[in-house]
Amino acid sequence: MVSLTGHSPDRDPDFSDGAKASLLRELSGILAPEALITDPELLRPYECDGLSAYRRLPLAVALPEDEAQVVAILVACHRAGVPIVPRGAGTGLSAGSMPHPQGLLLSLTKLNRILHLDPVARLAVVQTGARNLAISELAAPHGLYYAPDPSSQIACTIGGNVAENSGGVHCLKYGLTMQNVLRVRMVTIEGDIVEIGSHALDAPGYDLLPLVVGSEGLLGVVTEVTVRLTPKPQAAQVIMASFDEVRKAGEAVAAVIAAGIIPAGLEMMDQGAAAAVEPFVHAGYDLKAAAILLCESDGTPEEVAEEVDRMRAVLERSGATDLRVSRNEAERLRFWAGRKAAFPSAGRISPDYYCMDGTIPKKGLGEMLTAIAAMETKYGLRCINVFHAGDGNLHPLILYDANVAGELERTEAFGAEILRLSVALGGTITGEHGVGFEKINSMCEQFSTDELKVFHAVKGAFDPPGLLNPVKAIPSLHRCAEMGRMHVHRGELKFPELERL
Amino acid sequence: MSLDAFRDRILARAPLRVRGGGSKDFYGGPLTGDVLEVGDYRGIVSYEPSELVMTARAGTPLAELEAALAVCGQWMAFEPPGFGGAATLGGAVASGLSGPGRASCGALRDFVLGVKIMDGEGRVLTFGGQVMKNVAGFDVSRLLAGSLGTLGLILEVSFKVLPIPVAQASLRFQLPQDRALDLMNRWAGRPLPVTATSWEDQVLTVRLAGAEAAVRSACGTLGGERLPEAAAHWAGLKEQSHAFFAGEAPLWRLSVPSTTASLTLLERTLIEWGGAQRWLRGDWEPVQLRELAQRAGGHATRFRGGDRAAGVFAPLPAPLADIHRRLKSAFDPHGIFNPGRLLPGL
Repeated sequence: MVSLTGHSPDRDPDFSDGAKASLLRELSGILAPEALITDPELLRPYECDGLSAYRRLPLAVALPEDEAQVVAILVACHRAGVPIVPRGAGTGLSAGSMPHPQGLLLSLTKLNRILHLDPVARLAVVQTGARNLAISELAAPHGLYYAPDPSSQIACTIGGNVAENSGGVHCLKYGLTMQNVLRVRMVTIEGDIVEIGSHALDAPGYDLLPLVVGSEGLLGVVTEVTVRLTPKPQAAQVIMASFDEVRKAGEAVAAVIAAGIIPAGLEMMDQGAAAAVEPFVHAGYDLKAAAILLCESDGTPEEVAEEVDRMRAVLERSGATDLRVSRNEAERLRFWAGRKAAFPSAGRISPDYYCMDGTIPKKGLGEMLTAIAAMETKYGLRCINVFHAGDGNLHPLILYDANVAGELERTEAFGAEILRLSVALGGTITGEHGVGFEKINSMCEQFSTDELKVFHAVKGAFDPPGLLNPVKAIPSLHRCAEMGRMHVHRGELKFPELERL
Repeated sequence: MSLDAFRDRILARAPLRVRGGGSKDFYGGPLTGDVLEVGDYRGIVSYEPSELVMTARAGTPLAELEAALAVCGQWMAFEPPGFGGAATLGGAVASGLSGPGRASCGALRDFVLGVKIMDGEGRVLTFGGQVMKNVAGFDVSRLLAGSLGTLGLILEVSFKVLPIPVAQASLRFQLPQDRALDLMNRWAGRPLPVTATSWEDQVLTVRLAGAEAAVRSACGTLGGERLPEAAAHWAGLKEQSHAFFAGEAPLWRLSVPSTTASLTLLERTLIEWGGAQRWLRGDWEPVQLRELAQRAGGHATRFRGGDRAAGVFAPLPAPLADIHRRLKSAFDPHGIFNPGRLLPGL
């Protein structure tokens, strides 16, 4: 048995003395031969998630097919002192399921069944590896659906959604994963099964559900989730509005909300983004516009008619230069198709792109866009912008070519500067993609030493040995100090107790 | 009180009983420790109607927040109870109690966006923020909702607000309990603007809210009888001033799946939240009620009255209890905040 010092906030952990050989022997007794991968060639598909800039090969990949195997694997890893990185469909955008070179990658895609769907209680009990869209497909005959719709919903798993607290284009009105999950069943590193939340609307004790949802696999391995199902709106219509200045589009967003309207979706694209997608989807975007807003209403047909009239009036008052209301479902889907194709379109017009995910108060939108335009010149890189404008969540897409020396580094610096400004404007470094490994250093900008210590203590409360998804989401204090830059955080020098190297 | 004064009290390491307006002194485990008054630490810090966010200090009375929001046509859609008018924002978050709209719009915790707290070492910490979408770090601010002040001194809260619905109407139906439960669940599964329901004494009451046209058409679809003094009915449930809550008999709250059949053992019950919240009165044997709730997939709370020392909330299974103890010591290593208020020994 390996002695474990336990999870520490100070330094990134070292797992080099984990009992790897004996663990692999033990795992081969738990899993069928094809469910335990150690051949480097077969490990290759697991080396990264949706953020392919960060790659590592794991020690091995385990593919359990039921909860009992998950429990046995965790107990074995705990005993051996070997870390575990859980993974769903691998669509994440923050390297949250990038393997640990001395750890086991735990792929949960075989636990993919929808166990139970109750249309009267409006809930579905699903295994962690079930796909987001599969739930809505099964619920559709009952007039119900699962509301959070991340752009990867055709592939992403509910377990991954829980790990990241995923959103989508409709979360302003319908909430994130957090607001749509009732219960999570998970296995702790000690092999205990705990149920968090319930099929009632609350549970005794601390409300641990918000801690677990969005915890990026650091607290436990989720095996089963109960999601809330929402009645499908009878009707939906989207308004596409053009603006000759980005600032005016930003003000129109604030005006819609101030008028007492919560749109089902409120999205913005700048000229660069519209120009990038139009050749591929032919959505009919106004390419002369500096910015386009998509503003959707859903509900009963009467409700939609009333709300669209109110939205239209606000957008016109806010200086929209052109305004089109979808006349039918096909047109509505076409207007949305461009927005939803923004990421792949970026991939078509540029060899590589880097997607950012900061959230800022909506009033800072103009300042952020002006600053991004200046950064394009500073770093010599193009950036196209799509926003979940209604909730201030920005997805600037920095276009670069990884084969050109220095471009990736310039891109990362560009991205880090956007995140720094997001924090300075009163926002956050990640609205929905998670911190993962990608933004772990930027966490040092958003949180103080004391706050990071609390995060580590929360981690330690669930995972005392610190074996679950280490070196993700929460930076060690040493890492923050080593970043070298002497950040001034809320007027205080950070990490004064640590030596600068 | 100033932050320095709070810190001095905390660093003295004697158990503290944190108190805002004192409107919920009746709730939770026995009151122990010296009172730490937070009511003076008050005021709205920022309010941006177009951001749908308000930030206020913990001691600010809910009534003051509601008034400021109403000027801009907005409200706290989670409808926190004021219990006599003294309730503060900090107390509302600490208790985590949500109003009649819980089943449709979400819980108080869903509306919490960020908090500033002082932990058990006297450190001021900020979690979450003022934006709707934020997944940086663990969501500590929502963990504080319903923690009954046991994790830290809540100093400031940012929360999401919403526009007051344009139109509202409430409908009444004479129905037995089973039929009412069935309809509550079926209507919630249809795209109807139902925002609250209640059933008591053979009367189902349904609140509709939203766009003018949606409320009008739903009234036509559902039928029933229009309730003229509707606001008073829902306020009576939220504030527990409804006749059902009068008198000294202990008040129990059963939180169960909404489709749970009528609990025949309970002669007199008031149902809310589309069937998910059931109130009853009387000196029930805790074990009996807890088993009943647990069999249904929920839990029972001794909400008000009776012997608080005998346990208010349902006990936790061992692995969860361990996590609770470790979390408590992460925030409050010396065990000074509201000891025993949420769970014995915590």
